[in-house]
Amino acid sequence: MLRVIKPGFFTSLQDIGRFSYRDKGVPVSGVMDTHAIATINTLLENCKNASVLEMTMIGAVLEFKEKTYMCLAGASISATLNEKPIKNNKVYQVDAGAILSCGKLTKGVRAYLGVKNGFTAPKVLGSVSYYKPITVNASLKKEDSIPYEVCDSFKIKSQDKYTSSYLEEIVLDVHKGPEYDMLLDKQLEALFFKDFSIAKENNRMAYQLNEKIEGHEVSMLTSATLPGTVQFTPSGKLIVLMKDGQTTGGYPRILQLTDRSIAVLSQKKFREKISFRLV
Amino acid sequence: MRPYSIIIKPFGERAILIEWQQRVEETILDDILQFSEYLKNNYLAADDWELITAYNSLTIINRKELIKQEEFSLLVKKWYSEKEKIVLNDKFLWRLPVCYDVDFGIDLLHVSNVLGISILEIIALHTQNVYTVYGIGFLPGFMYLGGLPKTLEITRKETPRLKVSKGAVGLAGKQTGIYPQESPGGWNIIGNCPIPIFDVTKESPCFVSVGDKIKFYEISKARYDLHTIESEVGIYKIEKQKINA
Repeated sequence: MLRVIKPGFFTSLQDIGRFSYRDKGVPVSGVMDTHAIATINTLLENCKNASVLEMTMIGAVLEFKEKTYMCLAGASISATLNEKPIKNNKVYQVDAGAILSCGKLTKGVRAYLGVKNGFTAPKVLGSVSYYKPITVNASLKKEDSIPYEVCDSFKIKSQDKYTSSYLEEIVLDVHKGPEYDMLLDKQLEALFFKDFSIAKENNRMAYQLNEKIEGHEVSMLTSATLPGTVQFTPSGKLIVLMKDGQTTGGYPRILQLTDRSIAVLSQKKFREKISFRLV
Repeated sequence: MRPYSIIIKPFGERAILIEWQQRVEETILDDILQFSEYLKNNYLAADDWELITAYNSLTIINRKELIKQEEFSLLVKKWYSEKEKIVLNDKFLWRLPVCYDVDFGIDLLHVSNVLGISILEIIALHTQNVYTVYGIGFLPGFMYLGGLPKTLEITRKETPRLKVSKGAVGLAGKQTGIYPQESPGGWNIIGNCPIPIFDVTKESPCFVSVGDKIKFYEISKARYDLHTIESEVGIYKIEKQKINA
């Protein structure tokens, strides 16, 4: 059991997502940064879908009630395990009663904590990922406890090749979206030759961008959207749907981010810059 | 011979979009649902694939692997050309109770003023038609319903409400629908349905599927309270009727 002493700013349990209910309007959810969960589950030799804690902006303070092995990844975070500083992308053995204290995130906005074999919280519609109202809560509260299995022997392998250099990337690789062809030369130029900055409105549902491009009057019937879909509103605003994003929408879908670009974008905060590159 | 020409478009690394003509038409929706059913039964296993139908489109998403767009697009074309007319899974007409009391229908007066018809006429019109579910999205269990009488078409509210109650029944443009959960929203609220549209505790959490039909009927406040309790304890039986031949 992991006891939540302080939940941080917004911490939730996530796996790789809640699939197969999109036709009923249920968002996929799951970790925003798939690069981070892959790193953690590779280092801990977990299955790909083992769940992790996603900590946003400010990390949590947590007590491990049983022995296990843990790993942090994603955003750079100042963290201590029993008051000793620890690093991202490294596996640490933890004893029962150990306190993990995570502070501010210094680079990126989402840090992840994984334990050996993942957390064993009950699944709702096939996933542990928090998404209200599919799950009762949207985020962890003080004194919540999250179950995991005891593990007292695990051989830690070489961990040297894991870095967080993707946090520095600002170029998002994109594919053409279904309505890409509606774009005029002027709009294309603005889209690919200028930088955009992240708007205040950025969360697990969507990232809005501050800079508008020239608007349009195209109307279409509501159709499916995906995490990473870039919606183009009539006023010229760009909205990038993220993991908790709605499953359908009526705005033209002009670009589609690659999985990797979604992870890169999910680590950006208000005012930070990004640009698009067609692949 | 297929009755429709379809357009296939890549949609990122792991999805493909198939579009029929940009029209809200039941024969188009049926063709899409038949094709979707055919694919699920023959080629696209549920473990790997998700298929989402909305109005005039079918989106196919692979959960596990990236799609080779050109190859897959050719396959989809072939599958569409070979598809036979298949019998669809059962489709249902769901009869849902709505209480149009002004306590719930907080915009009834506004709608009545704008459209120049009485509240009684609004209720009569709203309960008279059978609506088709053209899509489910926006929120878990939110149905996009087609078939609203023209007289009830009204623009959405200029400023959306921060909170619309769970079960609220609204009007906006050519659409009517039910908010399956509390949410912000800009629709004109004319009533409330006491039956939960989405219930995570059930194995299939949403009883409605795209292609189903909905008919509303008016209930009193007393009956609303009764159905609310019946739903909570799990003894309310939703009225349904098979509709496919």
